[in-house]
Amino acid sequence: MSASGSASGSALVERALVVAAQIAPGAGAVALVREVSEAVVRWANSTLTTNGHTIERRLSVVMLVPLDGGTGAGVVTVPAPTSLAAGREGDAVLREAVAGAVQAARRGGPARDAAPLPEPSNGASGDDPAWHEGAGETSMAAFGRLAGELGASFRPDEASYGFAEHRVTTSWLGTSAGVRRRWVEPGGSVELNLKDPVTGTSVWGGEGAVDLRTVDVAALVERLRGRLPWGRRQIDLPAGRYETLLPPSAVSDLMIYLAWSMGGRPAQEGRSAFSRAGGTRVGEQLGALPLTLAGDPAAPGFPDLAYTPVLATTYSGDEVSVFDNGATTGRVEWVRDGTVNALAYPRAAAAEYGAPFAAPTDNLVLTGGEDARLEEMVASTGRGLLLTCLWYIREVDPTTLLLTGLTRDGVYLVEGGEIVGEVNNFRFNESPLDLLRRATEAGATERTLPREWKDWFTRAAMPPLRIPDYHMTSVSPGR
Amino acid sequence: MESRDTPAVDPAVDPDFLALPRAALADAALDAARRGGAEHADLRVHRLRTQHLELRDGRVVVAADQDSAGLAVRVLRDGVWGFAAHVDLTPEAAAATARRALDVSSTLAALATERVTLAAEPVHADATWISPYDLDPWAVDVADKIGLLTARSTALLAAPGVDHVAASCVQVKEQVFYADTAGTSTTQQRVRVDPDITITTVDRAGGGFETLRTLAPPTGRGWEYLTGTGWDWDTELAELPELLAEKVRAPGVEPGPTDLVIDPTNLWLVIHESIGHATEYDRAIGYEAAYAGTSFATPDKLGSLRYGSDALTVTGDRTVPHGLASVGYDDDGVAAQEFDLVRDGVLVGYQVDRSFAPRLGLERSNGCAYADSAEHVPLQRMANVSLRPDPDTDRSTAALIDGVSDGIYVVGDRSWSIDMQRYNFQFTGQRFHRIRHGRLVGQVRDVAYQATTTDFWGSLEAVGDRSTWRLGGAFNCGKAQPGQVAPVSHGCPSALLRGVNVLNTGSGS
Repeated sequence: MSASGSASGSALVERALVVAAQIAPGAGAVALVREVSEAVVRWANSTLTTNGHTIERRLSVVMLVPLDGGTGAGVVTVPAPTSLAAGREGDAVLREAVAGAVQAARRGGPARDAAPLPEPSNGASGDDPAWHEGAGETSMAAFGRLAGELGASFRPDEASYGFAEHRVTTSWLGTSAGVRRRWVEPGGSVELNLKDPVTGTSVWGGEGAVDLRTVDVAALVERLRGRLPWGRRQIDLPAGRYETLLPPSAVSDLMIYLAWSMGGRPAQEGRSAFSRAGGTRVGEQLGALPLTLAGDPAAPGFPDLAYTPVLATTYSGDEVSVFDNGATTGRVEWVRDGTVNALAYPRAAAAEYGAPFAAPTDNLVLTGGEDARLEEMVASTGRGLLLTCLWYIREVDPTTLLLTGLTRDGVYLVEGGEIVGEVNNFRFNESPLDLLRRATEAGATERTLPREWKDWFTRAAMPPLRIPDYHMTSVSPGR
Repeated sequence: MESRDTPAVDPAVDPDFLALPRAALADAALDAARRGGAEHADLRVHRLRTQHLELRDGRVVVAADQDSAGLAVRVLRDGVWGFAAHVDLTPEAAAATARRALDVSSTLAALATERVTLAAEPVHADATWISPYDLDPWAVDVADKIGLLTARSTALLAAPGVDHVAASCVQVKEQVFYADTAGTSTTQQRVRVDPDITITTVDRAGGGFETLRTLAPPTGRGWEYLTGTGWDWDTELAELPELLAEKVRAPGVEPGPTDLVIDPTNLWLVIHESIGHATEYDRAIGYEAAYAGTSFATPDKLGSLRYGSDALTVTGDRTVPHGLASVGYDDDGVAAQEFDLVRDGVLVGYQVDRSFAPRLGLERSNGCAYADSAEHVPLQRMANVSLRPDPDTDRSTAALIDGVSDGIYVVGDRSWSIDMQRYNFQFTGQRFHRIRHGRLVGQVRDVAYQATTTDFWGSLEAVGDRSTWRLGGAFNCGKAQPGQVAPVSHGCPSALLRGVNVLNTGSGS
């Protein structure tokens, strides 16, 4: 990662706020500039397919306009080319964006989530020392190590597929309440899928990293190659309930969906799996294991999962509000010691329901298990299934959070503590709430890459879970 | 539920997009690419305007406009792709982006063990194409739009048993200028809208809730769609509360093999997942193996795979009026076409772009390249993949229902999931009406149906006639890494399928 020649977004934010004050003097205003520099490479059938290096920059203006009976909110996002930062043409675009947001706010009427913009808090004031710095940048050089190790790994007796990306997102957030924050978030991932053309066996693994040069691709390849022989014995099993070991990636995809479903207002209004007669499920003990599902900007124990504790959003919804832009966010324990502990509330909804303000977290860590690693849990299994990851997860019943999906890239039969062969894939119907109720063992928490939701959520650390009766509803011939 | 169709006026490409220095950008980018040794290069200026309106219980939650624009340059040098994009729409940025694309191409060339060749395409110089719509959503005051959604929300909230109403409308205007080194240059503008209203009833005492969503599909039309052109909103909204009440009262479904009459409002999604994606050639040869998946319908089965019964004839097209994937030219510069995918139950074709057509032995691409933004590279994406109605027999949906002694009529889409080779799928719906002796006798609930693709389509006994045919679709078909979304429509008639496995999602059986 390096600083680019791009103009600082701070100047654009300041100009937008000045224009906002001119057009709507009594209104609250938020200006957010985001620049994304991204490098990607993809391969299939052991050859390069697509790639790219892109730079994208946008300005969002949120106008919070006093109206009869409350405050309305309007949002306009425009491209932010270099020309927007200076000159008469740039000013015209800014004025149009602000005016559009003001008009939308007026037309929309008083907002239910209205609240005064957060005041600057420690570290969130105009004193941000990096406020005037330029954008971070990545380049194809991010793949220097990967390209060498990957190219060397291609073999004629197996097919290699995968994707690697590195992205640097720079954000500048300013508000009429005085918040000025700039933060840079680098991140990337490598995913690898190997297939044995003889057995048809397919294996997958992936790693997330701030710097791709820290990813040992050669070791990842070797780790996956170690699983290919498991496919030499193919075992057909019917649908049914099986003792199942969910590896951290599979657990992450289920817990991410759970967290996405923890809106406070839907629960209070009776339209969520976290509703119950007369209230919400906060305080309900889910299972016997003392598991804690938390998001924490500081990410104790997992420094690569840390994120900037400031809220920046261009949309309001049940969980977030544009009125909360600039708020300092903190640790939220969604589930604590096996009990539903918190739901997501914007500040206005939190006040309405007498609950604490809790913004959706940008990482999720599930803790509370034992020290056992997945391999040790396999060794202590009499008969059960070991999964690799889950795919195509979709909600079937929102009242119970029943999800459906499929196993993918390796289901293995464990007998007597040993993997004895590869099993067909299954479709499952399960609720992550029920899985937390029924889990009988959790292992050691480790950083993992969600297979299904990686495009939207990458910062996760999960333990493997043992489910005594995972519900496989049908067999999938897909591999 | 489809209503009157008014003749489209001829809209024009917006002046602010035409005012961009398109020719200068193309000259700068393509010249730099040629100088760098590219055998092919293309420039795309891609602008996407989106307005998102969302109301909860009659109050605005989201009123947001988003405008994104940028330029993208793709080069092919020594058979290796390189791609780069930038937000600055200047000739200097275009040339620099082309040089960056060349650098990208060379940086990773060592990983390329195959070389890309492109199918030939006639030159389309200075071509313009605009999708048919009557009323540009950006010409309608946002107050009027919010007023319409508010009035509908208020009316529904006043209905017995309706506790919450979520109303939204996403409107998109997509403008693309494409130019390549062969001389093609096209300018296109497409408009689409996705309105949606969901009502919820809450059982405070029992702790449960149930929802019902409108069936109006997203469509390649303008704001006129919200006011009655192409959909009868008044009728649907008037019926919604009672249908929800009936759904709440309904008994759970009896699981097991069941005869299904599937309405187009549900069937389009099955076509999308089990035929649309399965007949993407890039998937069939493994290009999506690590992510979106592959396909059971591999090229060695072309011309022989029994995909379904004789009633199954499926086409791909990018030409159907109001189709979400309809264009004049794709993002390879290929003119829009219509082509067969499944004929009389047998796999006969694939969707391809210019890089995949030669691999399949085709002289010309069938025009399925698309990129969802300037920041993303064009890929083979889905055409409007549609099931042909019965051309020979007059057969209404009621006639299909009449042929079932004990079954279910499935209406509206909801949950969907399919495996990575497009074999095993599970769908739910908005409503499930029990059929007894050819008549609808009330709803059942907690229904999901599971099947293997070829078994399901093999059980297709009959399809309805043209009068039952509707376009369904979605704005958000996902594919590729980095992830891209594509709008796509699927036309289909009602259909009768025998013995499909039905689950009760409430009991888990």
